[in-house]
Amino acid sequence: MAAKVISTPLLSEHKINVHFPVQQVVNHQGQLVDPVYESAINEELAQTFYRQLVRMRTLDRKAKSLQRQGRLGTYPPFEGQEAAQVGSALALEADDWMFPTYRDHAASITFGKSYGILSSWNGRVEGNLPPAGKKILPPSVPIATQLPLAAGAAMAAKFKGSSEAVIAYFGDGATSEGDFHEGLNFASVYQAPVVFFNQNNGYAISLPIHKQMNSETIVQKAVAYDIPGVRLDGNDIFAVYFQTKKALERARNGGGPTLIEAITWRYGAHTTADDPSKYRDQQESEERREYDPVTRLEHFIKRNGYGDDAWMDSVQIEASEEIEEAVKEMESMPPPDINDMYDFIFAAPTWTIAEHKQQYLKHLQEEE
Amino acid sequence: MARTISMSEAINEAIALAMRKDPDVVLLGEDVAGGAEVDHLQDEDAWGGVLGVTKGLVQEFGRERILDTPIAEAGYMGAAMAAASTGLRPIAELMFNDFIGSCLDEVLNQGAKFRYMFGGKAQVPVTVRTMHGAGFRAAAQHSQSLYALFTSIPGLKVVVPSTPYDAKGLLLAAIEDNDPVIFFEDKTLYNMTGEVPEGYYTVPIGKADVKREGSDLTIVGIGKQVNTALEAAGHLAGRGIEAEVVDPRSLSPLDEETILSSVAKTNRLVIVDEANPRCNLATDIAAIVADKGFDSLDAPIKRITAPHTPVPFSPPLEDRYLPSPEKVIQAVSELLGETSSLSL
Repeated sequence: MAAKVISTPLLSEHKINVHFPVQQVVNHQGQLVDPVYESAINEELAQTFYRQLVRMRTLDRKAKSLQRQGRLGTYPPFEGQEAAQVGSALALEADDWMFPTYRDHAASITFGKSYGILSSWNGRVEGNLPPAGKKILPPSVPIATQLPLAAGAAMAAKFKGSSEAVIAYFGDGATSEGDFHEGLNFASVYQAPVVFFNQNNGYAISLPIHKQMNSETIVQKAVAYDIPGVRLDGNDIFAVYFQTKKALERARNGGGPTLIEAITWRYGAHTTADDPSKYRDQQESEERREYDPVTRLEHFIKRNGYGDDAWMDSVQIEASEEIEEAVKEMESMPPPDINDMYDFIFAAPTWTIAEHKQQYLKHLQEEE
Repeated sequence: MARTISMSEAINEAIALAMRKDPDVVLLGEDVAGGAEVDHLQDEDAWGGVLGVTKGLVQEFGRERILDTPIAEAGYMGAAMAAASTGLRPIAELMFNDFIGSCLDEVLNQGAKFRYMFGGKAQVPVTVRTMHGAGFRAAAQHSQSLYALFTSIPGLKVVVPSTPYDAKGLLLAAIEDNDPVIFFEDKTLYNMTGEVPEGYYTVPIGKADVKREGSDLTIVGIGKQVNTALEAAGHLAGRGIEAEVVDPRSLSPLDEETILSSVAKTNRLVIVDEANPRCNLATDIAAIVADKGFDSLDAPIKRITAPHTPVPFSPPLEDRYLPSPEKVIQAVSELLGETSSLSL
């Protein structure tokens, strides 16, 4: 009699088979592919999206140009990621909280920051401040440490019984940090109203995603924390907007956190201080313009008769003028106030700091 | 044979020499190779770190020994501590010393404690290379000088080189050392050039270097501030004041003897440390000299440090934040009791 063969399927199929289809509403040719959303889309929404995408792309290109001319410090460009940021920010309610990173100016501005945010790259604290009443944190430069913060803000909102929800932005690299996992676990345990909005742009500075993780997707990490996970085309502003809105609604209604993975691409460098051609194929990067979020929306708008070339040109001209004006304003700021260095460390300066400030002012007087 | 190379090249060369000598030496960190598995990018073109310090190493040593890790400081720091205690001799690159916040436990409660808690039976031959320092327009979270934090932890050695020669020799000594060494690299010094011998040599950890001899006062500088002290000393010499400049090079262990004997000769001490003033190296050295060298002192000890504030991002504010030759000369004039202030 032949020996009995014991089948061990669990050992051989070591990969967890959890499939998250990529949500898409409008494809890269501008065709509506998910008719569920047809009734929710109209001319006004499409035009609102378009204006904001064009503004943000114009701002980003202007910032890069200012940096090259020595008029702006090191800058992290976001071109390619506009739909992910604008779509998710437009899904927020006015009272919600935003925890952005350094690459999320499009989200921050869409949610209410001024173009003056750029001045933060010239070391101006003014650029970090949101307008009165807007709950927009300064961009987090440390990686992933904003995620436990976002969970905490959401826990506080829930504790206070408010209807505020929180959105936290982060990149693919951040998912390797312990803070990402701790933030998700906290939000899950306390069912905190927070949307973890990941922009998977394929690279963490020089490290490609397949070297960052052995998991096939980012969104599958939601399974471990038993929270909803959504994987979507981050260059499709409609998919971003509707899915983020759904996740925020769920959060607001006691449904706890959601992890969203928005698949996107940054065409440019990590920051203006590096050269992406040294760590990836820039030709291949440029080929991704076929899936560009702005041209996709142009195709959609034209297909549906929501606007023509002349209208698009007028949007571009308006955006360019607005941004030129904002840059003028930024460049006419008075020099930084020396008090900025000493006055924001404690509620009232401790004697050590007061003494250092006095010494410094005396030193300046002597110089003059 | 000595040639003139940059600090960055000296560090790169030290890593290469150590890796050639000892197959157990590996380098791990974020972006240290760059261009992982991009077909058209050959290893010779790989990026080599955010400031290119490790460029070319992956070409010679391959991706088995030069590891681009996920963005996980606790991950690679813990891996390095454990790999060191189980037979390798890793160099972990903490891109900016400010990122220690994400992985301090691996250093403070793990690597630094292994030998002690295993009753001397474990060793942790790891080197942590990390960038520090203000003046690079890198803002409050990428510009700190946190060497005092590490100096206060028993079980860690701490070195802060001020020249390419010292950087190469100290890094080779750090890699050879059987205890954890935290090796600080001032990012504003990477382009500083100096004479560096081609071959393998070490600079002993724990030995200070008198960078300039003088008899009127002693100036101790930490890292880049040695150069500030030397510049000030040059100006002072023009006024007939001879300053002795001492570079401790290692902060842990600290060569107290060289500092004390210099003060015994000059009777006056100025310490220049760009870290925040409380519990920093200037304060520590001042306490040691007050304790062990009080009889040598003819005047109070002066400390030139940053103010007790974060590093400002605004360029005009950052420029004034750091110690400068002017600030050193001002302190010296107070110390020598000049009736009118010296100036440049």
